[in-house]
Amino acid sequence: MENLAKLADEAIDAVSRAEDAAALDEVRVEYLGKKGKLTELLKGLGKLSPEERPAAGARINEAKEQVQNEIQRRKLFLEEQAIAEQLAAETIDVTLAGRQVDDGGLHPVTRTLARIEAFFVRAGYQVAEGPEIEDDYHNFEALNIPAHHPARAMHDTFYIDSHSVLRTHTSPVQIRTLETQNPPVRVICPGRVYRCDSDLTHTPMFHQVEGLVVDRDVSFADLKGTVDQFLKAFFEADLPVRFRPSYFPFTEPSAEVDIQCTKCRGEGCRICSHTGWLEVMGCGMVHPEVFRHCNVDTEQFTGFAFGMGVERLAMLRYGVTDLRMFFENDLKFLRQF
Amino acid sequence: MKFSESWLREWVNPSIGTGDLVSRLTMAGLEVDAVEPVAGEFSGVVVGEIVEVSQHPDADKLRVCQVAGNGPEPLQVVCGAPNAREGIKVPFATIGAVLPGDFKIKKAKLRGVESFGMLCAETELGVSEEDAGLWELPDDAPVGEDLRDYLRLDDTLIEVDLTPNRSDCLSIKGLAREVGVLCQEDVTFVAADATPAVIDDALPVTLSAGEACSRYVGRVIRNIDLNRPTPFWLRERLRRSGLRSIDPVVDVTNYVMLELGQPMHAFDLASLQGGIEVRTSHAGEKISLLDGSECDLNAGTLVITDDSGPIAMAGVMGGSTTAVGDTTRDIFLESAFFHPLAIVGRAREYGMHTDSSHRFERGVAPDLCIAAMERATQLLLTIVGGEAGPAVATELEEHLPVADTITLKRATLAQYLACDLPPEAVEDILNRLGLKLVGQDPEGWTVTVPSWRFDIAIEVDLIEEIARVHGYDNLPTRVLASPLAIEPRQESRLSLDTLRNALVIRGFREAITYSFVDPKLQRLIEPEAKPVDVANPISSDMAVMRTSLWTGLLAALQYNLNRQQQRVRLFETGLRFVQGGDGELAQEPMIAGLVYGERDGESWLAGKERVDFYDAKGHVEALLGMGGKGAEYRFEPASHPALHPGQTAAVVRRGETIGYLGKLHPSVQKQLDLPQAPFLFELKQAPLLDAVLPHFREISRFPEVHRDIAIVVDEEVAAQSLMDTARAAGGPLLTDLKIFDVYAGKGVETNRKSVAISLTFQEESRTLNETEVASAMDAIISALVNNYQATLRG
Repeated sequence: MENLAKLADEAIDAVSRAEDAAALDEVRVEYLGKKGKLTELLKGLGKLSPEERPAAGARINEAKEQVQNEIQRRKLFLEEQAIAEQLAAETIDVTLAGRQVDDGGLHPVTRTLARIEAFFVRAGYQVAEGPEIEDDYHNFEALNIPAHHPARAMHDTFYIDSHSVLRTHTSPVQIRTLETQNPPVRVICPGRVYRCDSDLTHTPMFHQVEGLVVDRDVSFADLKGTVDQFLKAFFEADLPVRFRPSYFPFTEPSAEVDIQCTKCRGEGCRICSHTGWLEVMGCGMVHPEVFRHCNVDTEQFTGFAFGMGVERLAMLRYGVTDLRMFFENDLKFLRQF
Repeated sequence: MKFSESWLREWVNPSIGTGDLVSRLTMAGLEVDAVEPVAGEFSGVVVGEIVEVSQHPDADKLRVCQVAGNGPEPLQVVCGAPNAREGIKVPFATIGAVLPGDFKIKKAKLRGVESFGMLCAETELGVSEEDAGLWELPDDAPVGEDLRDYLRLDDTLIEVDLTPNRSDCLSIKGLAREVGVLCQEDVTFVAADATPAVIDDALPVTLSAGEACSRYVGRVIRNIDLNRPTPFWLRERLRRSGLRSIDPVVDVTNYVMLELGQPMHAFDLASLQGGIEVRTSHAGEKISLLDGSECDLNAGTLVITDDSGPIAMAGVMGGSTTAVGDTTRDIFLESAFFHPLAIVGRAREYGMHTDSSHRFERGVAPDLCIAAMERATQLLLTIVGGEAGPAVATELEEHLPVADTITLKRATLAQYLACDLPPEAVEDILNRLGLKLVGQDPEGWTVTVPSWRFDIAIEVDLIEEIARVHGYDNLPTRVLASPLAIEPRQESRLSLDTLRNALVIRGFREAITYSFVDPKLQRLIEPEAKPVDVANPISSDMAVMRTSLWTGLLAALQYNLNRQQQRVRLFETGLRFVQGGDGELAQEPMIAGLVYGERDGESWLAGKERVDFYDAKGHVEALLGMGGKGAEYRFEPASHPALHPGQTAAVVRRGETIGYLGKLHPSVQKQLDLPQAPFLFELKQAPLLDAVLPHFREISRFPEVHRDIAIVVDEEVAAQSLMDTARAAGGPLLTDLKIFDVYAGKGVETNRKSVAISLTFQEESRTLNETEVASAMDAIISALVNNYQATLRG
């Protein structure tokens, strides 16, 4: 029994030197296993007197428990150490870039169209589209622009043949809508239009959005209100808007709409040709002749129509300075939207 | 229409400045395009007279002039202008003068000779771009007078962009009338007294074209002297309106056109044969025109003729054989009313747009002929002398235009403008516009339209006039009430935005390319297609309508590759224009895309693989699946002229090909000079927008059973066929199957491939037993073995 303390110290020392779970288990077997050194001591109890046995047994068990505890502590320590090592090994450079999916994007014209459409759809307008190769009747005749009308000179028309053209505006969709739908009508018609003109400020193709409202008691005041609301919403600003008399064969009274120059706030600058105003759209009350072509009863119904150039609005909104960029499709341009 | 403000102010002179005047015009619908001073800013320039000229002793190109005008004695001025000569009067910038650009004139020595000032050309004074030496002033210019005062250079040029309806404003008179209305100002209408005839000569005039020409005023003037110059003031007015001085007769007719709005024409009387007839042309007739061109007339063109045939295209241009020239002594003046419908379209038909046709096709007041004739006569007699015959008006009474009478209802006016304007205000506006009130009751007003307003014919025309003069910005604004009925939206229709956004999320940039494309590129892509031609293309590389969106996308790819881009993913939506064999034109909405370059952007993580067919196919499958109907589509090996024969698939739905995808054909790639081949797809939009309305099915609580098989088949067996066969043989228990590996090479016979398929079985209402799964598996395997000589791979 005298070597009990020595044996226990020896075991504890072995535990502290075990460097992994396997070594620790060896130590456990060596001292606490069925044939372990401390276990063996218990077997030697038989040689003691019955009076001595309980106390001796208790001492041996105490020593075993002590060693067992040390093993447990060592085991926890080794586990924590292993986790710490693993974590250290798994550390990465979190400042490196993440795995990329390319960022795509919509063309600024589409983006602008979507903005315009969203506004009008909220106000109960339907969206209608029409053909781009349009017949003379819908592009001109039904819009009160008979053959040889001087207003045709305002449209530099691309011809396909004697009776069809590339539509010069989205206004023919007005006619197509009224041919198939009875008033009340609220519709916008976005799309590509074509004019035989190409310079710094003109491209032979561009986009327009046409709007048409036909109902009972629709007035010029409603037109002004609609246009005014739209422009303020589009530019997210309380912009001054003015209506100037103008002429379109398919509306009367007709107006051009100017907004205060978004660049100089009306002071006058190069963008607005020093007038302080920018022309952004044309509009007017639907001409009775247009209604006559579409069999709309002018005794019952009046209407208004408006049309705007999408690139023009996009340029003002996003500060694009060259119209032609919209159709070059330079990725460096497209990526800005 | 370009005019000088001072000329206008002779007719009407409201007490507002140029800025306000311009803004009133613009806000009344006469949009002012440009406002510029007549001359640059300068001071200290007087009318000088060169009294003596001698050669500079040391410079060949310089002359030493003695110039009167500044002080009692002539001053010495060194001048390099070639036209410097004794006796002419020129602008003389004296010492202390400041010329445009803040250029100060000081005493100077030029090659050793003293110079006390500078003689000026038009450009140096900012008057015009004319740089033909010194500006020669009229002989009667008062020497020593300030040039600005003498020439009234403190004047402004105003250019109005008139809309086609406002022909009445194509003259000083018309503009003055409009300004008078807008500013409530009286207008001084300048009218010439009738010149009494001193000779009896007249030409017989026959009007044979009905309402096309219902009034024709002619006058003979004999013994004019064309050697006399057009007075400086008249030339200056023409110049300020943008017209060049030609000769006194042409200058006067142009002047009257600018002043009153009546285009006129003068014939050389001696060259006329017989009387005048106004008629429409017969096919085959010819005319030689003033601009030197020969013109084959189409039948039905309104012409002025004499016994020799057509001598002028009425209202458009005169003929060369009867033109006034240096030797002309006697003239026949024409001032006629040509109906707009007789003139409209002629300018375009013959490619001749003139100041005259511009006015006649928009409308010239029919009652203006006589006044214009008298004004022209008065001016001509003053300038070139001569003896006037009687002004003879020939008319077709029954064809003369009759003034329209229009009734304006108060209720209509109030409804259109959403306000009740005071009746006095309405009447005032009508009155000022020259609309004569011929009837009035509580319901409204009846007016007759003045001769000069061709744009007023119906009630709404009057509403526009009232709104315009009252001011659009002074009219009420209101917000349109929203309708209560909200249109339902079809859930089984996708919006195009869904497709666009799907591609955006997959890294595509949207392009918008022109719908007309280069025919060469078009032929390269679809040599068989017959594209729609544009009859008048803006350039030869935009001459046909696209039959595929690929043309534009490929051009955009080239554009970007030339600008150092290496990876390109673009898509576009829009119409293609396909002409069927029967000539029937289809304008089909398409969606197309292009991928090029490495699959992943440059990154420390990414590989360097280039995109391949399956990248493009993945994008296509994503689009097909947007509406939940992806399973309806099949991909079939196909051929397309623009695509690689071994890497082309047709996308087929219910037997209809709705698009293609594939690798660009190497020969097309080579012709486009592309370093690598892009992968392309193009699909019809319509089927893609067709979506499933989801319908809930009970979710099975019973376990799925998974089985994998690997079979070896011939290399050319399409995966799609294996899938179709397996699916059909698997019966209703087979709920899903996927190919998860395809392998050819070591361990597999040559020309064979190993295909591994994972299969999922499930029964909705109970757990499947092993026997059921085994028999389904057997059925699948034996179908594959029987149909494709498949062998099971250990």
